[in-house]
Amino acid sequence: MSKRIGMEIAMAAAEAVALCRPDVIAAYPITPNTHIPEHLAEIVADGHLDCEYIAVESEHSALSACTGASAAGARVFTATSSQGLLYMYEIVPIVPSMRLPVIMCLGNRAISGPINIWNDHSDYMCVRDLGWISMFASNGQETIDMCIQAFKIGEHADVMLPVLVNLDGFQLTHVVEAMMMPDQEEVDKFLPPRKPFAAIHPDNVVSMGTLGLPDIYNEAKKANDEALINSKKVILEVWKEWEKMFGRKYEPIMSYKAKDADVVMLTMGSMGETAQVAIDELRKEGFKAGLLDLKLYRPFPADELKKALKGVKNLIVIDRAVMSGGAAAPVCAEVKSVMYDDPNRPVITNDIIGLGGRDVRVEDFKKIFKKAAAAKPERAYEIYGVRG
Amino acid sequence: MKGIIENFDLFAPKLVDKEEYYSSGHRACQGCGEALAIRLMAKALGKDTVVTNATGCMEVTATPYPTTAWKLPWVHVAFPNSASVGAGVESALKVLRRKGKIADRDVKVVSIGGDGGSFDIGFQAISGAMERGHNMIYIVYDNEAYMNTGIQRSGGTPFGASTTTRPAGKESVGNTTWKKNMAEIMVAHRVPYVATACHSYPFDFMNKVKKARKVNGPAFIHCLAVCPTGWRCPSDVCIKMGRLAVETGVFPLYEVEDGKYKMTIEMPKKLRPIEDYLKPQGRFRHLKPAEIEIFKGMAMLEYNKVLERIKHSKSWSEMMKS
Repeated sequence: MSKRIGMEIAMAAAEAVALCRPDVIAAYPITPNTHIPEHLAEIVADGHLDCEYIAVESEHSALSACTGASAAGARVFTATSSQGLLYMYEIVPIVPSMRLPVIMCLGNRAISGPINIWNDHSDYMCVRDLGWISMFASNGQETIDMCIQAFKIGEHADVMLPVLVNLDGFQLTHVVEAMMMPDQEEVDKFLPPRKPFAAIHPDNVVSMGTLGLPDIYNEAKKANDEALINSKKVILEVWKEWEKMFGRKYEPIMSYKAKDADVVMLTMGSMGETAQVAIDELRKEGFKAGLLDLKLYRPFPADELKKALKGVKNLIVIDRAVMSGGAAAPVCAEVKSVMYDDPNRPVITNDIIGLGGRDVRVEDFKKIFKKAAAAKPERAYEIYGVRG
Repeated sequence: MKGIIENFDLFAPKLVDKEEYYSSGHRACQGCGEALAIRLMAKALGKDTVVTNATGCMEVTATPYPTTAWKLPWVHVAFPNSASVGAGVESALKVLRRKGKIADRDVKVVSIGGDGGSFDIGFQAISGAMERGHNMIYIVYDNEAYMNTGIQRSGGTPFGASTTTRPAGKESVGNTTWKKNMAEIMVAHRVPYVATACHSYPFDFMNKVKKARKVNGPAFIHCLAVCPTGWRCPSDVCIKMGRLAVETGVFPLYEVEDGKYKMTIEMPKKLRPIEDYLKPQGRFRHLKPAEIEIFKGMAMLEYNKVLERIKHSKSWSEMMKS
């Protein structure tokens, strides 16, 4: 039976990963994800988990070792943040192209420069288009749930793709929360051992990662794209199963008081919980305010978004990363692209907040909300709260 | 050569595996020393092997989808990470075997890469994998430049070689430095078995591969691989060039077991003149006598270092006793 625990979320994530019985973990230290692999190393060292823990010499090797281990049929896990993700960047797109499940926790952190160890989503945005299933947790409970779900989704025979579980650095990684931690029996029931499609072993002679010449690259990319798009079906199934087993509901876009709302904010990650408080207060003030929390970023839930925005007059997309010189911030650009052919699309404004760990308060959401509700946007996007 | 005769009983030609694990039909150039070396390596390793390959000629020529020359399980991920992919495979096979998820028998992981993928961009991954003590072999096939991308200079390029990024010219001798001593660097990692080899000495090479396979831990082989295309020599002198590299002392064949150095091919008291090695190669064609002297000095420094170590090195297990 699940147990109610109070624990730092990074450590809880490690405990959840350990319950999934990974065979190989390879990770390299970088703030703020470090407590995840550290705690896993501890669990292995204490003999609670039979696992090869590779203390690699770089993130590039962390993901490379995970790729090799996954190719050999092992269940693998890694975690990183910011520059660490950029250092492994070369390998990031290769993993999905080889259809290898690798589960990675990304303790979201701003990318340099200037160097900054605090939270925003700029690290993730660098890899969003590289073929990984990507989820964003908004609290500790979601973090541990998603970690366990990720293995089941990624290793599913119809998916075979790597999965990124995003949790905001510090705001989530270093916060102590109350969570329900499933027990080993429950996780074993939910998550069967990995059955690899092909594993690198003399009993099964295959060549993996071969050269794709122009006559096949096109087809390979199409197949990869289809695989990611089709993974949504399995994601939804797994979430349904999770809900049945643990009673916690997951949807690509979680709605908070958005059903009858005129003005809706859309957030990703830990901001959602703060925004909920703002929505409550705005409702008290008489605004028909609502919140959409994007849980699944890849594959992008376009249909769900259109459905959720039916009848909404104003949409405020809150981004936590800049798409330098782009048409809008990353989430908003995607949202606008989805809504373009919808004749009843809302007026869309875009604010970027909380860069590099800048505090995001309830008042900030309210301020943004009131401004957006009152007028049409003057600019495509705005970085909120920049001092003069 | 006396070396072959010496090793004859250890590895008589008739004992060589008839099975081809790296089959013909791959797209390597005519006279490719590296392809030959890999074929020999695969024979020496046998079927219970997993190969991880760095990006390079051997990956490009052997596995254009949907074909493959490999009859061993083989995986390629990227350029700099053959060693770390190998480390991952090794760890996975170890734990899966322990958990009873795969067959209970020894499977050796062998990571390979070229000099670019090993001396330069993959250096950190090799250092990490060897230092962590994975039960694996790393073999660098050193053809002394980035041949796959068009003969650019690498950390394995010798002095005086003209490459496309250090071309010889009015103001340039070509490459100005000597090769990184990878074997020495691996010895410094306390790798229990380190060897240099060349495809022109097939039994010596295969013996070394077999020896490396027996090590329960990391092993490293630096194999000189002649590249007629990049060295600017005819394809039919590939084997001869490898022999000349050894006989002139430019590339001595030795092994370092438990810290102790040993020459594996007996060297003549009087080495062959280095000119014999340089002359047939277009990449050295521009060298003037004074520059050849510099080449000789650099080559002899390395050669004499090896001789010194053979004389004075002691086995580590001995040295651990106080």
